[in-house]
This record gives sequence, C-alpha cells and structure tokens, in this order.
Amino acid sequence: MSKVDFYDKDIVSIRDFSREQIEYILDLAEVMVPYARGEKTKHPLSGKILGNLFFEPSTRTRLSFESAAHRLGADVIDVSQMSMTSIAKGETLSDTIRMVDAYCDAIVLRHPHEGAARLAAKFSENPVINAGDGAGSHPTQTLLDLFTMKRSKGFIDGLNIVLVGDLKYGRTVHSLTEALTMFGAKLTFVAPESLQMPDEIVKHLKQKGCVPKKTAVLEDTINDADVLYVTRIQKERFPDPAEYNKVAGTYRIDNEMLREAKKDLIVMHPLPRIDEIAPEVDSTEHAKYFEQAFNGIPVRMALLCAILGGKM
Amino acid sequence: MKEIKVAPIRNGTVIDHITSGQALNVLKIIGVNENNIYSTISVALHVQSQKEIGWKDIVKIEDRELDPETVDKIALIAPNATIVIIRDYYVAEKFKVNLGDRVTGLAKCSNPNCITNMGEPVEPEFDVVDRNPPSLRCVYCDRYLTNVSDNLL
Repeated sequence: MSKVDFYDKDIVSIRDFSREQIEYILDLAEVMVPYARGEKTKHPLSGKILGNLFFEPSTRTRLSFESAAHRLGADVIDVSQMSMTSIAKGETLSDTIRMVDAYCDAIVLRHPHEGAARLAAKFSENPVINAGDGAGSHPTQTLLDLFTMKRSKGFIDGLNIVLVGDLKYGRTVHSLTEALTMFGAKLTFVAPESLQMPDEIVKHLKQKGCVPKKTAVLEDTINDADVLYVTRIQKERFPDPAEYNKVAGTYRIDNEMLREAKKDLIVMHPLPRIDEIAPEVDSTEHAKYFEQAFNGIPVRMALLCAILGGKM
Repeated sequence: MKEIKVAPIRNGTVIDHITSGQALNVLKIIGVNENNIYSTISVALHVQSQKEIGWKDIVKIEDRELDPETVDKIALIAPNATIVIIRDYYVAEKFKVNLGDRVTGLAKCSNPNCITNMGEPVEPEFDVVDRNPPSLRCVYCDRYLTNVSDNLL
C-alpha cells in the first residue's frame, strides 16, 4: 500500500500498514466524526454494497460496520444465521467468499480460524476487511484504539501504556502492541504468567526496538501510566476450563486502585467487560471505553471510504 | 583410536554438515521408511566437524540424487547442510542448502486453528524470518512454525 492509496486494498493485518498509512486513516477518521454522530450528512458510497460475513458472535464490530456503511450511504447485506446457510452444509470458506464477492463491493469477515481473512483476500476480487480471525488479528480494533488514544491524549509517541488481562489469547492486544511500537510507545504487560504476551510477539517487538516490561502486579504500574488498556479474560479462548477458572477475576480496576493514578490517565477496554472494571469507574474522567466503542464508527467509515474510493 | 571407514560411493548423494541430531529426520524427509530405496544408506551421527567447532551428522545415499523439494525440506531442519552429488566416484556438484524468502507447500502450519488446516484449497505458506536456526511465520495466521520436523508434508 502506498502512502494514501487504499483504493481496492485488503485490510487484513496491522502488520501490512506503515505508520504513515495509519496516520492517514486516523486523520480521515477525525473528518468522519461529525458524520458518524449524524451532525452532518454525506453519502459518498451511495450505490455500494458491503457484505458482512460474521461466522462468530459480535455486537460492536458488526453494528459499527453497519452503522459506518449506512452513514456513508452504502447498503449492507449479511447473513443473520450461519446455521441456515451452505456453510452449515460444509462449504469451504473459499467457496463462500467467491460467492459473496459476486454480490457486493467489499467484504467484512469475522471468522473463528486464524488466517481466514488472508485466505478470503486471496479468493476475493473485491477488498476484504478483517473483523477478527480467531485469536489472530483485529486491525480495525487496533485503528480505533489508536484513534481513541490520539483523540484523548493528542499524540501517541512516547506514551506509557499498560496492557492488562489476557495478553496470550486476546487478539486486540497482539495487533495493538505491533502498532504502538511504530509510535515509540513504552509498553508494560500485566498478566499472570499463564496469560502473558507470547514470547514470539515480545521477540518481534524487541526487533522493532521496543523493550516491554512484564509483571503480574498491576498496582506497581498504574501510577506512571498514561493509558491503562484492560482486556477481558476470554473463557471461549481457553482449551481447558480449569485453566480459565484459575485466572478468572485476577484483575479488577476500581476507583481505589486509580486514586494515585495520573489525573489524565485514560482507561480503555475493547468491551464487552465482565468484572475487570468496576461500574463506579464509568463516571470518572479516566473512563474512555464507551467513547472507544463509538470511535469504531468514524474509523470504519474512514476505512470503507478509503478502500471503496469515496470522496468526502 | 581406530577409525571406522565408510566406503566411498560410486553414484549418489552425500548430505554433510547436518545439524547434529537431525540425521534421522533427514532420513524421514528422504522417505527411507516408505520402502522405496533399494541401495545402501550410511548414517554417521554426532561426528566432530572439521570445519567448525561442534558436531554434525552425515547421510550418504547410493544411487539417488535429491529433487529440489527434498533439498528445501532439509534446509528447514538443517540450514548448514551441504549436498554433494557423486557421479562415478567424483564430486559432480556441491552446494549448500538455501532457504528462499518464502516456503510453500513443504510443511503444514503447527497452529491447529489455522485456516490452512481446515481443508481449504490452499497450500500452507511461510515467510522465512530467520535462516539459522530457521524461523518461519505462517503467511495466513502469522504464527511461528514450531516442531518443523513433525509438520513436514
């Protein structure tokens, strides 16, 4: 992908992006904010059709892609129940993609198997956007996370970012750390040993010049943090339920824990949360997770506009 | 110390400088277990290397020259290996195995949840991140290939 030419490009992994390309999308997302809120109206994608293929449950990602498409004037086709389709009859993903490709101008794919989006991109003539593939990549979540940091703090370079929770299975943190390294952010990983960031990812970050800190003690890290990125420990990603029970509920952020934190610390969470963040935090200046969920719309609008050639 | 002599071969291939401990995996790649080899194979395990400090394995196969795919598979587990082709007792060709930037169809992804393990019509593909020791990352799922010898196709 050249600097600003996203037309007809697949969005599969944040690894495919340069810093300049990320900044281009973040700048375009800023332009989209009043349109995403419905304060302004423009339909540059009128006549375009987006195909939403969600093989796994999703609330935010699916709705925000639909909302983004509608705000830009595009139509959305989707499959509401995978059990009613040929997929349930054993159709391969590659065949499904070739079929859906003929019905729309871009495909948004969420799939339980890692690498599904790369495969879909190979078989689709139209651009494919990865909306999460198993425990793999989730590049649009990464972009909206970066957008939230940039909007809240004004910049990303050099921020002290603490990531806490399931760093092993959580796909959002893998993509996010990759991107944050491009911005020279300082990273601290907080997780029990069994859920720490995989060694291969840490090794890759080090090769890119980032030396993350690792700890299991959250309290030691909060006071210096600019961003506290909390993730849910995902039961569905554990091969063994006994392993899940050992670590569930390890970290819980509440107001007492944030008492000594920097005044402008922001707390983020890709949602849904279970009990990682106490509801009392919601009403503090720190809480940015609902704004983060909204930011999915302008960021996805920016991506759709860029790959489908819409002019704002 | 009494030396054990291995008779020179008239025609065939010598695979030298195999990473110590990998000779049996090299035999697996060549397909020795498949009862398709009808001449002598000599295997030397844990031999002092004259070129560098350390140990190596050596495999000699009579009456057989290796196809490029087999050589590429050997490169995945023994990146320093040298292939010497012998014709009529003389060295006809000698070259080091060499991994390209991308490896296709030689090994399956070790991630059981990778889409390439789900019956899709694609060959597994890996980017070569490091050559020695080899480190390969799946083009599809981005995971690093582990247990290479167990995942060879």
